[in-house]
Amino acid sequence: MKKIALNGAGLLVALFAAFPVYWMVATSLKPNKEIFSATPRPVPAEPTLEHYREILTGNLIPGVTFTDFFLNSALVAVATVLLSGLVALLAATAVARFRFKLRTTFLILLLVVQMIPLEALVIPLFLMIQRLGLYNTLPSLILTYLGFSLPFAVWMLRGFVAAVPKELEEAAAIDGASRAQTFRKVLFPLVAPGLVATSIFSFITAWNELIFALTFVNDQHKYTLPVAMTFFFGRDDTAWGSVMAASTLFTLPVVVFFLLVQRRMVSGLVAGAVKG
Amino acid sequence: MTTLTEATGEAAARETPARRRRRVDRLPYLLLLPCLAIIGVLLLWPLGQVVMMSFYKLDSVRQLRGDREWPWVGLANYAQILGDPFFRTVLRNTVLFAVANVVLTMILGTLVGLLLNRLGKKMATFVASCVMLAWATPALTGTIVWKWIFDDTSGLVTWLFNKLPDGLSTALFGRSDWTGYGWFNDPLLFFGILTLVVVWHSFPFIAVSVLAGLKSVPSELQEAARVDGAGPWRVFWSVTFPMLRPVFGILVVLSTIWDFKVFTQQFVLAGGTQDRSTFMLSIYSYAEAFSPPPKYGLGSAIAVILTLILLVVTGVYVRMVLRQEDES
Repeated sequence: MKKIALNGAGLLVALFAAFPVYWMVATSLKPNKEIFSATPRPVPAEPTLEHYREILTGNLIPGVTFTDFFLNSALVAVATVLLSGLVALLAATAVARFRFKLRTTFLILLLVVQMIPLEALVIPLFLMIQRLGLYNTLPSLILTYLGFSLPFAVWMLRGFVAAVPKELEEAAAIDGASRAQTFRKVLFPLVAPGLVATSIFSFITAWNELIFALTFVNDQHKYTLPVAMTFFFGRDDTAWGSVMAASTLFTLPVVVFFLLVQRRMVSGLVAGAVKG
Repeated sequence: MTTLTEATGEAAARETPARRRRRVDRLPYLLLLPCLAIIGVLLLWPLGQVVMMSFYKLDSVRQLRGDREWPWVGLANYAQILGDPFFRTVLRNTVLFAVANVVLTMILGTLVGLLLNRLGKKMATFVASCVMLAWATPALTGTIVWKWIFDDTSGLVTWLFNKLPDGLSTALFGRSDWTGYGWFNDPLLFFGILTLVVVWHSFPFIAVSVLAGLKSVPSELQEAARVDGAGPWRVFWSVTFPMLRPVFGILVVLSTIWDFKVFTQQFVLAGGTQDRSTFMLSIYSYAEAFSPPPKYGLGSAIAVILTLILLVVTGVYVRMVLRQEDES
């Protein structure tokens, strides 16, 4: 009896959590007459890919397709990931492998800057972007997201670097490897999985961001996907099939990546709160 | 000293001791340099800039580009905001929204965490996967879907309310036909739906963290309490909660910080920045600065006030984390 109640509660939670995602995908596969019918169907009766075809081949605005926005977003996110991964790896190595005077100060700085409300930085960063002449360019976004993703990336990566046994590096050095060789051939391959996990978080940060992309880029050809979606969505409130198809395509990479690394997210954020 | 120092002994032997020491001491700083430069230029410098900008009257992009001068107005921007009754409404909205969302997220998240801990293995994996799906969904698309669910003609909620027996619906809400009902027009209802969206997005993190906490403490104590006849309520408050107090502390602080500056969900749900009746601090600051006519100085002042509020919360958070790093 108790078991049934628990399982029932479990199903309710699962339904509440997953239903909107299911509904997004289901709606994207329904023909318009099902979407706008008076009685919604839980499952598409005649599933169709017409909405996907519509957004992938049609022009959202004259001359610009969904694919263009997708590529803009991908470009910004990948550039952010590469830059932030490189810089974070250097900093994480410093923190995890050396004891130096300002080490603790740096760690506290990392914690504190993660708490800066980014929403409060839109105006001063807008000023900086204007002054640098980067307004209306994708690099303005890469630069911004680099700053946002870096502190968490270093924080997360330092654990991975620290987990690599020092003995391996010592052994390499004894065998005559230079410092650069040790880094490249011993440390780097062992930290690579951690670097991938960290990169995914930077990717998600850059991929999902809306406010700065909305403010720094005015030229429709350079819109990232989130901005294009709000534009697209705001213009024609009734095209729910296409809106849901676009949402599904936007959500898909994030969900796949996220599920790969979510475990580390919890340990990263509440690190040290529980003694394991 | 450190591994790499010893490790490179051979290479360093070729150098003079003094040069070697200098190189060794410099290396970690050299590695940190790019990171510090980026944090400094892209996070700390703008943080200072926003404070500075809040003391000027900045009403055009030309001023930002440096083509026009910046008239210093001292605290006038702050005086204008703090004297505006609308600011008090916004502040009240923000605080009430944050408190309601933190409380609801914590309650739901904790309950789900406890539930996941009690379910059988297969069921727990299934429920956790679904919960994870809500967490993974970007704020943008998650909000768009909820907006579709509350659509005034073909939305699921509108359909559900239309399904209610007409008599009951009329008695309860004073209407039986819900087609065309603007779910987002009434501010209170808007905040209710926004709360639903934000709680939906944020309870998974709490649930998973609470579950991780539960898994890391021995379950014998809870079982012993149960055997001694304590009800679930008693077991939670007397046994589970005290053990997980540090986890709960951090989760409450993180949730507070996140819920105080909700932006994307509100922006999408309200369809932009036109509806002032549902403003909260972050969107208020943004709208003042970027909706024409632009008022960058005024927007900066609001951003500074938001930052100061969060600074207090952050202080509490950093102290918690540092204390726990010391303990472990």
